Amino acid sequence: MSNTDIEIVVEDPTAPEADSPEMASVRVVDVVVSLLLLALALTLGFDNWRTGAGWESTGPQPGYFPFYLSIILGGASLYGLVAAFLSRREASESFVTQAQLRRVLAVFVPTVLFCLATQFLGLYVASFLLISCFMCLVGKIAWWKSLLTAFVFTAAMFVTFDIAFDVIMPKGPLEAALGR
Amino acid sequence: MEALGLLMHGFAVLLTWKTLLLMMTGLVLGIFVGVLPGLGGPNGVAILLPLTFTMDPTSAIVMLSCIYWGALFGGAITSILFNIPGEAWSVATTFDGYPMAQQGRAAEALTAAFTSSFIGSLVAVMLITFLAPMISSFALRFGPPEFFAVYLLTFCSFVGLGREAKHKTVISMSLGLLLAGIGMDTVSGQLRMTFGSAELLRGVNFLVAVIGLFGISEILLTMEERLALRGHAAAISLRVVLSVWKDLPKYWVTLFRSSFIGCWLGITPGGAIAASFMGYNLAKRFSKDQDSFGKGRIEGVFAPETAAHASGTAALLPMLALGIPGSGTAAILLGGLMVWGLNPGPLLFVEHKDFVWGLIASMYLGNVVGLVLVLTTVPIFASVLRVPFAAVAPMIVVSCAIGAYAIQNAMFDIWLMLGFGVVGYVFKKIGIPLAPFTLALVLGNRAEDAFRLSMIGAGGDLKVFWSNGLVGSITTLAIVLLFWPVIDKAFGSVTRMVRPAKA
Repeated sequence: MSNTDIEIVVEDPTAPEADSPEMASVRVVDVVVSLLLLALALTLGFDNWRTGAGWESTGPQPGYFPFYLSIILGGASLYGLVAAFLSRREASESFVTQAQLRRVLAVFVPTVLFCLATQFLGLYVASFLLISCFMCLVGKIAWWKSLLTAFVFTAAMFVTFDIAFDVIMPKGPLEAALGR
Repeated sequence: MEALGLLMHGFAVLLTWKTLLLMMTGLVLGIFVGVLPGLGGPNGVAILLPLTFTMDPTSAIVMLSCIYWGALFGGAITSILFNIPGEAWSVATTFDGYPMAQQGRAAEALTAAFTSSFIGSLVAVMLITFLAPMISSFALRFGPPEFFAVYLLTFCSFVGLGREAKHKTVISMSLGLLLAGIGMDTVSGQLRMTFGSAELLRGVNFLVAVIGLFGISEILLTMEERLALRGHAAAISLRVVLSVWKDLPKYWVTLFRSSFIGCWLGITPGGAIAASFMGYNLAKRFSKDQDSFGKGRIEGVFAPETAAHASGTAALLPMLALGIPGSGTAAILLGGLMVWGLNPGPLLFVEHKDFVWGLIASMYLGNVVGLVLVLTTVPIFASVLRVPFAAVAPMIVVSCAIGAYAIQNAMFDIWLMLGFGVVGYVFKKIGIPLAPFTLALVLGNRAEDAFRLSMIGAGGDLKVFWSNGLVGSITTLAIVLLFWPVIDKAFGSVTRMVRPAKA
């Protein structure tokens, strides 16, 4: 028919190995999440009970709905807790392997650092740092390509949001020095 | 035929160079988002939402809905050329689409996919055009009790009809409703669940949660996968397009059946995913030559794509007519409406005629423009996948942060987004569905207000929810749906007990 024989091939050199050891099973995570939700339900339930969870002549008090919702949430997570303990099937499933976790953290840690940097340096400087460092260090892309991409992207964002659309982003010392 | 006149007016609103340009931009961005791994309809719309904050509502919704159409089209490209479904609802498209590409018929498969998406959306848009005004004028008679009953119906049908484990749906929904309640109580003005924090006073913003849940978590999930891919490149020539279109009438039964399934599942919270599989399976079951499915049969592309798009579009019907979103993306669009100061619900058709009919007209126009755009630019978008993920991932993170901050100009929201990212990642991996959470978060306050207003009106008497035929039947239906699995099981065992007795 048409020229469909041209292939697109993209390699992924840092892909997680398939035989990497398991870090946590679905069952363990299920239990932990259920416990956390239960704790949350208890906290919120108590707070709402303090606000007033009764029924007045004109209907429910402000805390009424959230109070009973916390009870529903607590009940459902308790059920989940029991179900996770009893289930045989989910025990064998892996939640995350070591190699997968390494890759996930390779994105997550820079993202946290980016949020921190945004707080102190402003969003534009932080995004320049994030993109250039991530491409260069995690993606193993040539440093000049990384810097160029980061600069073009950040500049484009600045022009779009700050100049064209007037959406104000957190700014830091650099923008102050440049008088924006 | 008042609808037609208003629709024409809608087209007149749209046909300016500025709107058409916005439309093209939205479609291109949408296809881009649909093609990239780890992003899709809801994420794309959520991330790009802040771009529209400074526009007028009509331009904004036109651009956003075009992003949505674009993402729907984009999902088909990767499933056919790379055997990677960009979206869950494109999974069924890979069954026959990828074998076709392997046989060198990629152009044919892509044309089939785009054309059937177009047909599916068109059917659904026509349904919206004629049904939405009727439903909304009917809903104008609704008071708070009726509205609460409809909200209750939505929540209950999620729990009763969802495919996930019931307690996980309940967890997701109650968590969403609880988070929606944080902040100032709108009826009494009292503070709830803020724990003395000034940041929590504003409440948890729906869009911030969505950006974290869908954007950030999706990047984390994508990184776990092996990102290497091999695929076919394809250019579509006019000759192929015409030959596929010439054969279209042969498949009218499949197209019609899939459109119907899609519309039905789109309005009820079944979703595009279920629709695409059902469309595919039914096409296979009714075919004379069942074995040829899965080996590159063009009908196997038509059926799921038509159903997925019909359902994705039909999901906007309850959002426009009643203010209840039928899908995750519709929920985000609903969140957008509130940001622009529009109150979703039946009054929208009365108070903001220009806006509603502009939106409906943009669905027609966006689909036509989108079809032409994808047919001509497939090679460019297929090569987008060559861009390494290491370059794409940080850019997505930055866009997410910009989006989260822009909504309320709060640094706290960026941290909240990060938190929701982790929550979304964990929830998706242990099978807690995110759709009920999103829905509960966006509808929570409205549902509670409706309940309490009806209580104030009725002097705290719960019987108000059965005070007339309409509200009574909706409430009863909601409760039946909530316990549907139990009722279904009971019916099953009763018939089983009866049948052997007969035999």
